[in-house]
Amino acid sequence: MEYLNAFLCGGIICALSQVLIDRTKLTPARILTSYVVLGVFLTAIGVYQPIVDWGGCGATTPLFGFGYAMAKGVETAVEQYGLLGAFTGGMTATAGGISAAVFFSLLGALFFHSHSRD
Amino acid sequence: MRKNDVYYYENPVRVLSYSSCVGKKEGEGPLGGCFDVVASDDRFGQQTWEQAEKAMVQTSLRGALHKAGLDHGELGCVLGGDLLNQCVSTSYAVRDLKARFFGLYGACSTMAESLVLGGALISGGFEGKALCTASSHFCSAERQYRYPLEYGGQRAPTAQWTATASGSVLLTSEEKGKVAVTRGMAGRIYDPGVTDAANMGAAMAQAAYETLRSYFATTAEDPASYDLIVTGDLASIGRDLVLELAKDDGIDFDGRYTDCGLMLYDREAQDVHAGGSGCGCSAAVLCGHILPEMERGALKRVLFCGSGALLSPLTTSQGESIPGICHLVCLEAV
Amino acid sequence: MRMTNEEYKKLYEGLAPPSPSYKNIPFAFLIGGGICALAQWIKNLWLGGGFAESDAASLTSSTMVFIGVALTALGLFGKIARVAGAGTLVPITGFANSVAAPAMEFKTEGVIMGTCVKMFSIAGPVLVFGISASVVYGLFLYFVG
Repeated sequence: MEYLNAFLCGGIICALSQVLIDRTKLTPARILTSYVVLGVFLTAIGVYQPIVDWGGCGATTPLFGFGYAMAKGVETAVEQYGLLGAFTGGMTATAGGISAAVFFSLLGALFFHSHSRD
Repeated sequence: MRKNDVYYYENPVRVLSYSSCVGKKEGEGPLGGCFDVVASDDRFGQQTWEQAEKAMVQTSLRGALHKAGLDHGELGCVLGGDLLNQCVSTSYAVRDLKARFFGLYGACSTMAESLVLGGALISGGFEGKALCTASSHFCSAERQYRYPLEYGGQRAPTAQWTATASGSVLLTSEEKGKVAVTRGMAGRIYDPGVTDAANMGAAMAQAAYETLRSYFATTAEDPASYDLIVTGDLASIGRDLVLELAKDDGIDFDGRYTDCGLMLYDREAQDVHAGGSGCGCSAAVLCGHILPEMERGALKRVLFCGSGALLSPLTTSQGESIPGICHLVCLEAV
Repeated sequence: MRMTNEEYKKLYEGLAPPSPSYKNIPFAFLIGGGICALAQWIKNLWLGGGFAESDAASLTSSTMVFIGVALTALGLFGKIARVAGAGTLVPITGFANSVAAPAMEFKTEGVIMGTCVKMFSIAGPVLVFGISASVVYGLFLYFVG
């Protein structure tokens, strides 16, 4: 059930995004940027938590989940550290993913080069 | 002599030799067997994509010189360009030739532009030989104009595929060779306000059509005077636009018109969306297909029209529309 | 010039083929859903390894990023993405690809001036707006909420 929910939730989000890409003039970069901001906003107004509760990784893996993690992180950090938490919470919560992206990409770049497309 | 925008070359301008060099995907296309050199690897054994493009240009330049028996000695001047910033592929490829050199930028119109100017230099008596060249490389163009190669994006159905290809034509003032360049036409810029860099066919089609219309009006000829009228590289949308615009004016191409962007690839099988583009596309189709067909007598009179989209990634980001241009040369079998 | 730019636009927009949504959308659904189900499985592995919920979530993100970078380095990501579209773009694998692709592409201009400088040339906006939105929310929580 857990896997089915993740599959359905993630699939629906991706399918809707494909509709946006195909049917509007929005570029992928704009769509992804708005997803992260939307993720923060929807979490802040309490809408995204129920989706995460139902969809699990289907809700946290798409970029909305990035915004969700940032918003949750900021909530905890403000509670613990006050004003400083507003600045550290978002980054702390997503540091694992960002650092992994930086480090693995550096490794990838050192050992691999780009390929021609066919 | 010039009449309106058309240069009439009064002294002989002949095609002495020509050569083409293309990438792997182009070699797998419908014209694959026609090119002099087909690379097995788009890197051409080099470290960077820019070096790869340079190596490809060198191959086609040296190929044309070799066929004319000019491996050593005086070759006259070189005119040509590519898509990269500051035309570096061509400059670096020509560096070792120690020839007089004009670097040209006309985007995909560069092959026709170099032939128009090369023809003028020869007919005017300034040069005895002119080596005209144009090239593009999918990978170097992609990383300069769009995204890194490994970025997982989907392309719009109107987008064109930059050809990995280079073509070089050696023009001479001697009465040698079976094909003559008899006229050239300098294009004017037309900008119908297209801002979508993924729809360059639409941006260039008006310029292409206006060049053709003006050419027929000036020379008092019509499409029936030619065996083939070929633009490069408007691809499917641009080609259809030219036909629509011609229909409005009552010009009937009668099946004599096509586009290099539709000839280089098998659009059904090769996932190139609207078709090919890039300076090298029309250059390779000219050197791999059109000139050989003229030499064997299958085509007598051909209008070769190079259409270019004069944009840069910077102007696209700034929301500017895309200016289009189209230069033309008249090729005749002799 | 007989045709206005507006008329010309109507003409070329009419000639442009539409995006093949009939196959794009199902593929985005299947592959995007599949990636999320895979993430769920990986998260369960980390949970099974004794990690707390929030740590397992972070580890899952890092693992998915690793998979995205590895597929990019091997030249496979682009091939999948061509079919999957938003299915690979929207999950965190797409973020990983958008960091790894320029890092690899621009290594020819040097590790510092190429790889490092260009690494966030595509993913940068996501971080800038994401971080800023989280700071705005944090300030709101502190001063208002």
